[in-house]
Amino acid sequence: MKTVKLTIDQKPVEVAAGTTILKAAHSVGIDIPTLCYMNLGDLKIEHKPGGCRICVVEVQGRRNLAPSCATEVSDGMVINTHSIRVLNARKTVLELILSDHPKDCLTCAKSGNCDLQSMAIKLGIREIPNQDIAEMSTYRTDFSPAIIREMNKCIMCRRCETMCNEFQTVGALSAINRGFMSVVAPAFEMDLEDSVCTYCGQCVAVCPTGALTEVDHTNRLIRDLSNPNKTVIVQTAPAVRAALGEMFDLEPGTLVTGKMVAALRRLGFKYVFDTDFAADLTILEEGTELLDRLTRHLKGDKTVKLPILTSCCPGWVNFFESQFSDMLDIPSTARSPQQMFGSVAKTYFADKIKVKREDLIVVSIMPCLAKKYECTRDEFKVNGNPDVDYSISTRELANLIKQANIDFHSLPDEEFDLPLGESTGAGVIFGTTGGVIEAAVRTAYELYTKKKIDSVDFKALRGIDGIREATIDFEGLPVKIGIAHGLGNARKLLEDIRSGKSQYHAIEIMACPGGCIGGGGQPLHHGNFEILKKRMEAIYREDKNKPIRKSHENPYIIKLYEEFLGKPMSEKAHKLLHTHYVDRRKKIIYI
Amino acid sequence: MSRIKVELKKKDVETIRDICKSFENKPGELINVLHKVQHTFGYLPAEVQEVVAAELNVPLAKVYGVVTFYSFFSMVPKGKHPISICTGTACYVRGAENVLNEFKKELKIEVGETTADGKFSISCLRCVGACGLAPVVMVGDKTYGRVSPEMVKDIIKEYEDQ
Repeated sequence: MKTVKLTIDQKPVEVAAGTTILKAAHSVGIDIPTLCYMNLGDLKIEHKPGGCRICVVEVQGRRNLAPSCATEVSDGMVINTHSIRVLNARKTVLELILSDHPKDCLTCAKSGNCDLQSMAIKLGIREIPNQDIAEMSTYRTDFSPAIIREMNKCIMCRRCETMCNEFQTVGALSAINRGFMSVVAPAFEMDLEDSVCTYCGQCVAVCPTGALTEVDHTNRLIRDLSNPNKTVIVQTAPAVRAALGEMFDLEPGTLVTGKMVAALRRLGFKYVFDTDFAADLTILEEGTELLDRLTRHLKGDKTVKLPILTSCCPGWVNFFESQFSDMLDIPSTARSPQQMFGSVAKTYFADKIKVKREDLIVVSIMPCLAKKYECTRDEFKVNGNPDVDYSISTRELANLIKQANIDFHSLPDEEFDLPLGESTGAGVIFGTTGGVIEAAVRTAYELYTKKKIDSVDFKALRGIDGIREATIDFEGLPVKIGIAHGLGNARKLLEDIRSGKSQYHAIEIMACPGGCIGGGGQPLHHGNFEILKKRMEAIYREDKNKPIRKSHENPYIIKLYEEFLGKPMSEKAHKLLHTHYVDRRKKIIYI
Repeated sequence: MSRIKVELKKKDVETIRDICKSFENKPGELINVLHKVQHTFGYLPAEVQEVVAAELNVPLAKVYGVVTFYSFFSMVPKGKHPISICTGTACYVRGAENVLNEFKKELKIEVGETTADGKFSISCLRCVGACGLAPVVMVGDKTYGRVSPEMVKDIIKEYEDQ
């Protein structure tokens, strides 16, 4: 490998040819401030548009300052990262960015978590020149069911565009127009709701400012909690417990299940339940469907579609509905755990506690923004009343706990309520890539072979590679499994299926990097994949600690079928726990 | 923005597909493809962009982004005689704005618009590479150099009966 020798701030540096100045500086512990730059490490996404010019450095002999994120090193370079000229330039650049940026930081949703604000603090900005003559953007605010776009707060870093187009390959966002009129928007400046957006929320997760934020239901929740006529119950997704602690300065990977339950109880929820319960239920429905399709396929039934695709992830559902609408008959018809929970809560549980459907408010805590949209879908309403009333993100929950002045650290560990709070290790691992399919295999294996498995840990299904495959031996029947996380990886897998290149029996897909642990509603990881790995380890730890680790052994699930649903895929189960998919392609075509 | 809805005929779609194919459907050829498609159709309505996006496998948002970035591309049909006034640096300092205003006044349309009879449209472009002739105006393929506001009426007259 060819190397290059140079000097940065008087330190001799030797790096591989082709390295950028920024990375060369990092290699010797020199920090250069960046704003538009984004490096998502293991996700292999490096966004270096060289657009904001905050990272400029002085290169001896070069006329102008060089953007360090986008300039490659060369032999003998002498670089100064903090000369007066550099510092002045950075300050001027930031002042110009701020000159047409709204000054409503105190009430901005991103306040305290904004890269632009942090940069202003770092560079010691105390006044913004030319404010009186600066034109302010008046771009309309775009409200969708999950994401809000406030483009007057956009600084054109275009990180969202990279996530949407390169990583997720959704293609909803692009920079449009030029100069002062430039903005990031969907095609023809249509609303996000009418575009191909899947609401995966990865754009929100990387937005440095308040330009992209989630639809915040905190105030609605506070209102409902204080309404004596309503019974407000909550379900918490598996990935939330593995990340919520980060919002309270705990180490990434700290499990806070018990404290989270205690906090929710103190916030006033009448019953604190677990989406993991519904995940177990999903496995019984989805696993049975898998076995049904598999056995029919083995008997030579040509009408059976394989592979079966998981359908728990609403971002993924939106993706295939709009971009792979020729394959709508492949995904499992099982609803997502969030929706199964809502459906069971507003029928089975509402009957049990004798509360009318309209008076029962079901809230979900999700690591996800697409869940906000999912619960508004018409298929999941009965006479206009949604099964899940609304969904709030991990971030919103943390903020609510802080607002309510609950000292999270001193909370005792409490248990979920019964019956919808009992879950198995299989339900927990839904929160990470590979988890849903592992949970399904644990159950499907035993149902198919009618034998107990020795070890429930199917390590072949775990890992962080974007696309993985494994073959699990069902006592002589090799079951081929594919796994993808990130919609770009999902696209590759789907195209291989479409072309007949890949033959799988079952495929698990999650829209976000790492699965739900890296969801668009989680505490911001700023592209640090190590954080995601720690969350993943936490999920598997929680699984290991559970006394029951197979969904079909959950006693309350068994009871639910005995008392209410009959058996998996029964008529009642179909009505309450399954769904159908819609060709959303028509909506995109602009005619 | 106001949009013009267009119903593409099968033949039109085929034409666009052929153009894309002539560039081997390469995403990197997007600008060249748009150039040729606009030359064929006169402008780039949303429906046309959609076909291009699908053929080149480029996000529709990206195609729209390119169309709105380059002032050469237009989403409204241009007049039979499209008038382009260069407002690049050289032309601008030599009075292109006055020339532009004169055209707007004479034709009673704004930049990006087309006269009701479909004859003329006005657009601005940045530098045609003839700075020595600044300010420069193009009508269709014909170039006019050292244009003054007084010349505007005569230029329009040349095309009025065509």
